[in-house]
Amino acid sequence: MAERVGIYVCHCGSNIAGMIDVEEVARWAGQSIKDVVVSRDYKFMCSSLGQKLIEDDIREQGLTRVVVAACSPHLHEKTFRRACQNAGLNQYLCQMTNIREHVSWVSTDRQKATEKAKALVAAAAERVKHQRPLEQGFVKVNPATLVIGGGIAGLQATLELADAGYPVYLVEREPSIGGHMAQFDKTFPTLDCSACILTPKMSEVGQHENVKMFTYAEVEEVSGSVGCFKVKIRQKARHVIFEKCTGCGICVEKCPRKVVDNVFEAGMGYRKAIYTPFPQAVPRTPVIDTANCTWFTRGKCQVCSKVCPTQAIDYDQKDEIIQIEVGNIIVATGWKLFDCTRIPQYGYGRLANVFTNMEFERMCNAAGPTGGKIVLRDGKTEPRRIAIIHCVGSRDVRHNQYCSAVCCMAALKFGHLVLEKTKAEVYSFYIDMRTPMKDYEEFYQRLLEEGMHFVRGKVAEVTDAARLPDEQGSLIVQVEDTLLGTQRRIPVDMVVLMAALEPQADAKELGLKLGISCSMAGWYTERHPKLDPVATMTDGVFVAGACQGPKDIPASVAQGAAAAARVAGMITAGKVTIEPIIASIDEQKCSGCRICNNLCPYNAIEYDEEKGVSRVVAAMCKGCGTCVSACPANAITGAHFSNEQIAAELEGILWDAIADGRPASAAPDGSKAPQSTPVGAA
Amino acid sequence: MENFEPKIVGFLCNWCSYRAADLAGSARIKYPPNVRVIRVMCSGRVDPAFVLKAFSMGADGVMVAGCHPGECHYIEQNYKAMRRFYMLKQTLVAMGLEPQRFELVWASAAEGQQLAEAIERMTDNVRRLGPLRWAENWADDPQREEALQHIVKEHEEALEVIS
Repeated sequence: MAERVGIYVCHCGSNIAGMIDVEEVARWAGQSIKDVVVSRDYKFMCSSLGQKLIEDDIREQGLTRVVVAACSPHLHEKTFRRACQNAGLNQYLCQMTNIREHVSWVSTDRQKATEKAKALVAAAAERVKHQRPLEQGFVKVNPATLVIGGGIAGLQATLELADAGYPVYLVEREPSIGGHMAQFDKTFPTLDCSACILTPKMSEVGQHENVKMFTYAEVEEVSGSVGCFKVKIRQKARHVIFEKCTGCGICVEKCPRKVVDNVFEAGMGYRKAIYTPFPQAVPRTPVIDTANCTWFTRGKCQVCSKVCPTQAIDYDQKDEIIQIEVGNIIVATGWKLFDCTRIPQYGYGRLANVFTNMEFERMCNAAGPTGGKIVLRDGKTEPRRIAIIHCVGSRDVRHNQYCSAVCCMAALKFGHLVLEKTKAEVYSFYIDMRTPMKDYEEFYQRLLEEGMHFVRGKVAEVTDAARLPDEQGSLIVQVEDTLLGTQRRIPVDMVVLMAALEPQADAKELGLKLGISCSMAGWYTERHPKLDPVATMTDGVFVAGACQGPKDIPASVAQGAAAAARVAGMITAGKVTIEPIIASIDEQKCSGCRICNNLCPYNAIEYDEEKGVSRVVAAMCKGCGTCVSACPANAITGAHFSNEQIAAELEGILWDAIADGRPASAAPDGSKAPQSTPVGAA
Repeated sequence: MENFEPKIVGFLCNWCSYRAADLAGSARIKYPPNVRVIRVMCSGRVDPAFVLKAFSMGADGVMVAGCHPGECHYIEQNYKAMRRFYMLKQTLVAMGLEPQRFELVWASAAEGQQLAEAIERMTDNVRRLGPLRWAENWADDPQREEALQHIVKEHEEALEVIS
C-alpha cells in the first residue's frame, strides 16, 4: 500500500519566505513527489495553529507520513513529533528538513535557494516513506549517584544530593578528600582562609549518613547506561584496616621514614611513609606508601604495627574491587598543574629560586612547610624582590592555547600576601590582566594601590647570568615591556611561575570508561557549551568543576550544585526515555565475522559463541551507526537511519541530477505526473 | 561549462557539523547553495556505498563532515570515518575521480564559519572541474549494460541449478 505523505512548508514569518518561494516549493512537492496527498505552506508551522493543521490532516486525510520543512530539527523536531503523536501517528513517521538554517539564512539567490529547498523537501519525502514506527523505551533510575573526585566541585555535588536524601558514592583517588582547595592558603578575592571554608564541608561529607566514601580508590570499569550503571571501584590497599583505625596518628608520629611529599606539599615538604596527607584529612585513616616504607622495601621496621593501639595495620592487605550500582555519575576529577620544566627558559628545576604557583601556595600556607613564611629555597632568606610570571603554559600556542582563567587572580592574591607578609617588592609580568568575575576587578585595583608592580609583556627568559654589577647573585627576568616599548632586565630574588591548569593525565582514559569525550585541549566536553554546561553527550553522566575547563572555586561550586540538581531531577522523575535509534543485527544474515565487535566504543555488541553471531545490547547502543556501515553482510540495521532510508534520501536530494542524467528511454513509470520529472522513481 | 552549478551531497554528523551548519545559519553566514545536507548520527555512519550511490545518481561531489578528531560524540567513531574516507578516496582517485570531488571536513558545533568556508571552497573546486556525469556515462555504455545483464543471467542460472 502506498504511503500517504503530507508536506508542510513553513514561512517562519519572512525568515524562510523572504528567501525561498515557499508557495512554489509546496505546489511543486504536491505535484511532483510520488505519494504526496497534501502539500501546504503556512506562516508559522510551529504555532499551535500550524500544529493543528498537521493534526487535522492526519485525522481527516489519513496521512501516514509527515514532512515539515522548517527550521533545524534540533529546534522543533520534538514539537512536530508531538503533534503527530497527538493525532495518532507514530512520532518517528515525521521527518523535518531544515530550510531555514541550511537554506534561507545562508543563501543570497532566491531562485537557487528555492531549488535547494525543493531538493531537501524531496529528500525528506522519499526518506519518510521508508521510516518505521519506533517506540521509545523507559529505564528506571537508580536513586544512587556516583561522584568521581572529592575536590570542591565533587564535594558540593555530593552534599547537595546527600542532603536531598539520596545515596551518594564518592570516589577519591588520594587518601583524603579535599582536592586542590585543601592545599591553598587564602582564596581570592575575599582572602578568606581556604581550609576554614573547605574543612567543614569535608567533615560533613565524611559523616553524612547518605554518603559512602571510597578514598584512595579509583574507578576501574563502568558498564550499563543511564539509570542503571554498574561500576567497579578499585579500593587500593591502604595497609591500614579502615574499620579498626581510630585515626589517632601515633603510627605517623613514630614512623621513622621521612619522604618528600610531591603531592600535597608540592615537593616543598616532607611526610612519613605512613601518612595522612594533611592534619584535617577526611578520613583520618592513614595510608602506607609501599614504595618508601622500610618494611615493604627492606623487610625491616614494622614500627607502625607495634605502636598501633587497635592492631589496624595489615601489611598483607590487597587491592579490593567493589561493585556498585548507580543511576547517574558526576565526574569532578579536576585538573593537574602544567609541568614547568617544559619551558626551560624559565629555569624551573634548574634555578633554585624559581617556584611554581602550587609550591608558592604551600609556602604561603600557615600549615605549610615553612609555616607560612615566604623564603627562598634555603628556607631562611627573605626575598627582597619577587617576580610573578603569568601564563606559563597557557595562552601559548606551543603548549596550551586556552586561558587558565584563575592565574591572574591567584597572582594578585600572591602579590597581596607578599606585600602583607614581607617587605619585598612584587612584579607581575602579565600579557593581559583578566579579572572578570564579581569583585575581581576591585581586587586588582586594590593591588595597584597596594603597590604591586605590573609589567605588561611576556617574559622571554629567567636567567642567573648577570651582565651588570647590580644583577650579581640575582635572577634576572628579561622581558619586553610592551607599554613602554622597551626591553627590560629586572633582577629579583625569587620567581613564581603561574603554571597553567591542565586536564588530568588520565582524563581521556576515564572518559573512555564513561563514554564521554574530551576537547582538543583534553577537557571533558559538555553537551552544549552554553545551554547545557554540566550534562555530557552520554546520558546520566555529568561533569562539574575544572575537569570541564579551567575554573575558579565559585564556578566549580556552582557547577557541582548544578550537576547535582540535574541528577536530582532525574531521580525525581524516576525514569528516563531511551531513544530507539539503535542498531540491531539480523541473526539470519550475520556471518559471525565479528568486524562490528571491535568498532563499537561502548562494547554494545556481544558475540554469541553458541550461535556464532553477534548481537547488539540495546541498552548500551548509542546509535552512531558505525557498525551498520561496516557490516559486510548488511546484517546490521540502524533504526531510523537504515540503508534504505538514506538511499531514498539520496534519491530525493539528487532528484534533479537524476532527472538530468536519466536517458529518455529509461523513463520511470508509476509517476503521477509524467510530464514533469517525478521524484522518487529512480 | 557556463553557469554550471555543481550538486554536492553533504553527509553531516548530527552533533558537530550539522550543528555547525545550523550555527552558520543563525549567524547568517552566506555560502553557495550547492551542498545539500543529509543528516547522519555520526560520520561513522557514512557507508562507502552511500558515497558511490551519490556519485552514480549524478552528484558532482560528496562532502563528509564530522566532529574534530578527539571530539566525537561517540568517542572515536570519526576516526573510523576517517579510515574509510581515505581508503575510499584512494580508490575513487585511482578510478579517475578528481580528488576535489570527495572531501572530508571537520567542523565542531562552534565552527559555522569554517564549515561555510569549506563548502565555499569545495563548491568552487567542483565548479571548476565541471560536471561529473557519472550516471550518464554509466547508463550510456551499452556494453556495460550487456555485461551486467550477463552477470544477472548467470546468477539466475546458477540459482536454478542449486534449487
